Amino acid sequence: MEALAAAFQMVFSVQTLVVMVLASLFGLFVGAVPGLTATMATALLVPITFFLPPIPAIAAMVTATAMAIFAGDIPGCLVRIPGTPASAAYVDETYRMTMKGHAETALGVSLVFSVIGGLFETQVLILAAPALAAAALQFSSFEYFWLVLLGLTCAVFVSGDAPLKGMITLFLGLLLGCVGLENPAAHPRFTFDSPDLLSGVSLIPAMIGLFAVSEVLRFSLDANPLATVSRQVGSVFRGMGAMMRRYPVQTLRGSSLGTVIGALPGAGADIAAWMSYAMSRRFSKEPEKFGTGHPEGLVEAGAANNSALAGAWIPALVFGIPGDSITAIVIGVLYMKNLNPGPTIFINNPSSIYAVFLLFIIANLLMLPLGWLCIKVAARLLRTPRNLLMPVILLFCVVGAFAINNSPFDLWILVAAGLLGWFLETHGFPIAPAILGMLLGTMLEEHFIRSMIKSDGNLIAFVERPIAAGLALLVLVVWGVSAWLGWRRRRAIA
Amino acid sequence: MRLGDAPIGAAFLALAVAVLWHIRDFPPAPGQPYGPALFPGLIAAGLALASVLLMVSAWRPGVQTSEGQAAGGEGDVRAEAPRWLPFIATVGALVGYVALVDRLGFIITAFLMLCSQFAAYRVRPALIVPVAAVSTLLVHAAFYKLLRVPLPWGLLSGWTW
Repeated sequence: MEALAAAFQMVFSVQTLVVMVLASLFGLFVGAVPGLTATMATALLVPITFFLPPIPAIAAMVTATAMAIFAGDIPGCLVRIPGTPASAAYVDETYRMTMKGHAETALGVSLVFSVIGGLFETQVLILAAPALAAAALQFSSFEYFWLVLLGLTCAVFVSGDAPLKGMITLFLGLLLGCVGLENPAAHPRFTFDSPDLLSGVSLIPAMIGLFAVSEVLRFSLDANPLATVSRQVGSVFRGMGAMMRRYPVQTLRGSSLGTVIGALPGAGADIAAWMSYAMSRRFSKEPEKFGTGHPEGLVEAGAANNSALAGAWIPALVFGIPGDSITAIVIGVLYMKNLNPGPTIFINNPSSIYAVFLLFIIANLLMLPLGWLCIKVAARLLRTPRNLLMPVILLFCVVGAFAINNSPFDLWILVAAGLLGWFLETHGFPIAPAILGMLLGTMLEEHFIRSMIKSDGNLIAFVERPIAAGLALLVLVVWGVSAWLGWRRRRAIA
Repeated sequence: MRLGDAPIGAAFLALAVAVLWHIRDFPPAPGQPYGPALFPGLIAAGLALASVLLMVSAWRPGVQTSEGQAAGGEGDVRAEAPRWLPFIATVGALVGYVALVDRLGFIITAFLMLCSQFAAYRVRPALIVPVAAVSTLLVHAAFYKLLRVPLPWGLLSGWTW
């Protein structure tokens, strides 16, 4: 109890609260600008945390990332450009809602269910941190292999009505992910002697190109460029109570899945969003409405990506193993502040742990007013005519792609990805699986090769461990159900 | 300009075969049988299979329509023929920016990029220069000053701020 009181004192100091508000605004800005990720927001904060005491330093990172993940939904909704990779799973859905004139509902759902997901996960973080981390720690390369495969399987389902075309773009993304030195023998694959390609195709420029540049290119071919879609953003919070009553199961499922995915090392908010969007579609009573501007998947995935954010802190705090790239940076800062993560921190420094829990609660509550403010400002900015807006967005794309690595070569990746994305989409190929393929390709290969070496090529070993077998069964079920549904649809057409 | 599924499937099949051909020369990993060629090989085989299936489905009536409509945006309301000039201007502005930004610097290149696109998108002439100038300077301030992205100065190196 004393520790809890001390935690309250640490958190509710003027300095911590001022830092949190400033970090929120920073996070909202970074998240809302396409090409700047929540990871980047955290990385940019590291030099600043150097000048802060431990708790305000952690506060800055917790708030900035929570805001950035939510704010990533805003440009996705208004101009179909995901602000962060975690928003990419449902960017089409929110954009369709905007096209139908429901921008405020889309943004309201993003905001409110981000907060709910974040708060839910904080509860889990508080109650079950050690147990969950212990379970994830027992995973070997076999379990990881199946888990990544499950994520990729879901990517194909996110792609909607064209699973075959989704599969092709997924393979394309996986091949792009093979480029570079990162492979079992560190052999320069598909680099064609270019030193820039040794580290692979940079994901962020490719993502901006595939999603954003392709959109500008498509706009430029539009025969009627002056038609602006009315992006009146009305009352953001209206109808949210009804949403909560209508989709309680989805909210709970998204938050829970986000928790579990987030707690697994290596899998973060983006994978959580993809998986829960696909899951929501599969279990929905109205799956045909997905992809047409239907809030159900958004409820689930919006809750999932924010809950994954906090979930990643579970293994980070308990074992010092980062749950995602953000917590990898956070762990470095924790060491710098003499708050070495590990089981002993719960015994030696409980007040700091309680303070972290409190920070998560406050950060998520702060998101309501500040997120509302951000939506209002962004909506006004984005109401300008599209023929003025699109060139500026293209400029943001090139600058954002450059900002990640400060590499001029990344700009060529951006151009190529933009043209590829435009071509694929004009011909009915979904783009999203390509992104996930690039994102997870390295991980899939690593765990696949490691498992093959461990089992000496014996494929039975992939399903010998109980959790691995369970995950494998899940993958098979998902494939089977999807194939059956596709066959049934084909028969219905014929 | 829409290609059918069959030629696209053929192109992807060619890509898959090219990858399979290319990875033959990959050296094995030292001391173990699973080298850098295994994973891309499996992926390329999968791509080849999916491409063949796509080509087969293109010849079967009834299937193509459902696949074809899958991801398109506002494509169906496009009654007039697409205008190619703005598209070419957009690609040109993009490639021009990437090719010239180091030499001319961010401010000049971005300004020219915006102006050319505004002109191609038929923005009112009086708006073109002021909007391009203000947007360029705002983006520069946000990224160069606030986020410390080293945008090149190019020709303006003597007048940095």
